[in-house]
Amino acid sequence: MSVPAELHYTPEHEWVSVEGTSASVGITDYAAQQLGDVVFVSLPTPGATVTAGEPCGEVESVKSVSDLYSPVDGEVIEVNGELEDDPSLVNAEPYAAGWMFRVRVAADGNGDAALPTDLLSAAEYEELTKSAG
Amino acid sequence: MTSFAGWQMPLRYGSETAEHLAVRRAAGLFDLSHMGEIAVTGPDAGAALDYALTGQASAVPPGRARYTMICAEDGGVLDDLVVYRQGKQEFLVIANASNTATVSGALTDRAAGYDAAVVDATQDYALIAVQGPAAAGILAPLVQLDPAAGELGAMKYYAGAFGTVAGREAWVARTGYTGEDGFELYCRPRDAEHVWTALAAGGSGAGLVPAGLAARDTLRLEAGMPLYGNELGPDVTPFEAGLGRVVKFDKPGEFVGREALAARASAGSSRHLAGLTIASRRVARHGYPVLADGRTCGTVTSGAPSPTLGVPIAMAYLDRQAASLAGAALAVDIRGEAVPAHLTDLPFYSRRR
Repeated sequence: MSVPAELHYTPEHEWVSVEGTSASVGITDYAAQQLGDVVFVSLPTPGATVTAGEPCGEVESVKSVSDLYSPVDGEVIEVNGELEDDPSLVNAEPYAAGWMFRVRVAADGNGDAALPTDLLSAAEYEELTKSAG
Repeated sequence: MTSFAGWQMPLRYGSETAEHLAVRRAAGLFDLSHMGEIAVTGPDAGAALDYALTGQASAVPPGRARYTMICAEDGGVLDDLVVYRQGKQEFLVIANASNTATVSGALTDRAAGYDAAVVDATQDYALIAVQGPAAAGILAPLVQLDPAAGELGAMKYYAGAFGTVAGREAWVARTGYTGEDGFELYCRPRDAEHVWTALAAGGSGAGLVPAGLAARDTLRLEAGMPLYGNELGPDVTPFEAGLGRVVKFDKPGEFVGREALAARASAGSSRHLAGLTIASRRVARHGYPVLADGRTCGTVTSGAPSPTLGVPIAMAYLDRQAASLAGAALAVDIRGEAVPAHLTDLPFYSRRR
């Protein structure tokens, strides 16, 4: 199971990658493995406002359906249209081609993205998945 | 891995979709050791089962199998079963893992007064299945049947024989729960690893892959086979499930549930099991309401994306009116959205024979 060190994580198994004030979001390798084969991803609409900790989409796998939670506050600026044709990218490359949506996050005083303070580090997330078995 | 009825079960080995398609195109290897095996033996074993079950076990020739059910007095289904007749006085009853204790208990109670012994032998058996069009070819070099049983390839569907698999004793049966040709191998638990390893090695060249519970569920759903707890339960009769043929009213003697089942059969069912194809990529799942003109007319019992058909499919209990409306404008309430659905004849998939 892969947990890239440079990403931020949530207890709901999303990852966040930040460049400036743009935050890319997907689900973790652990989540993809737990879900099994992903067959459909329902994503927020570009322009929509998302709120950290609130559901903003759904991930359907063969066996189950799960809410997709936004890890950050902001406006959706782009979604991964490739998932419409090939949702299995979520299983194959959860941190790369399987990304889900990008959010414009408000800037803090230094011009960096203002992220929720309760996001997890890679080490913290890895610990969480281990204790979950 | 997942917990299921007290067993640790493999949900998937890799991709459940790939496992499913391997069974349709080549073969899959399943560990089904959680299934319950109940031995019913003795001079009256057939008569005791005739009384206990909806089917006529006594009419099954040795070396053959039947799909049947055990019902409560009120006609509700306690479990669906496969019964193998292994000898003149020897039957092996296969129950679902979650129902093994119930079935074993009911058979014990119902066999009282008959010269027959009922033993829950679940711990004495491992069950390994090889399912798919390549199954017979994969097994042929590894299986030796008792001489009287003939060659494996000539074994009829729903037949079984004693023999060996990779040199270990087993009951070899041409049965399964996938809608494909295939075999189920009942061996000793201590031989299971050897048998599994020999099959995996012998079958890999023919496309055999290990397959988990997730693939088993989508395979049986495509094949229109009911799952206890979804399509079957104590509040369902075999008639509602479209399986009235398993109730043998013309067999001699009394059987548990006869009166209630006869009444239900003549009154007709108020609901019927139907197949639905969902016009969306969203999946209709267990418990979702089925709508006709916006009004609830049934409930989904099982649903999944069908790897073979490429669309979501579901089975649902619909009230009689809706089931008779072929081509009706139906929908499934998928988490608040009415998604169009089409009535589809069961099974969704039949293998070429």
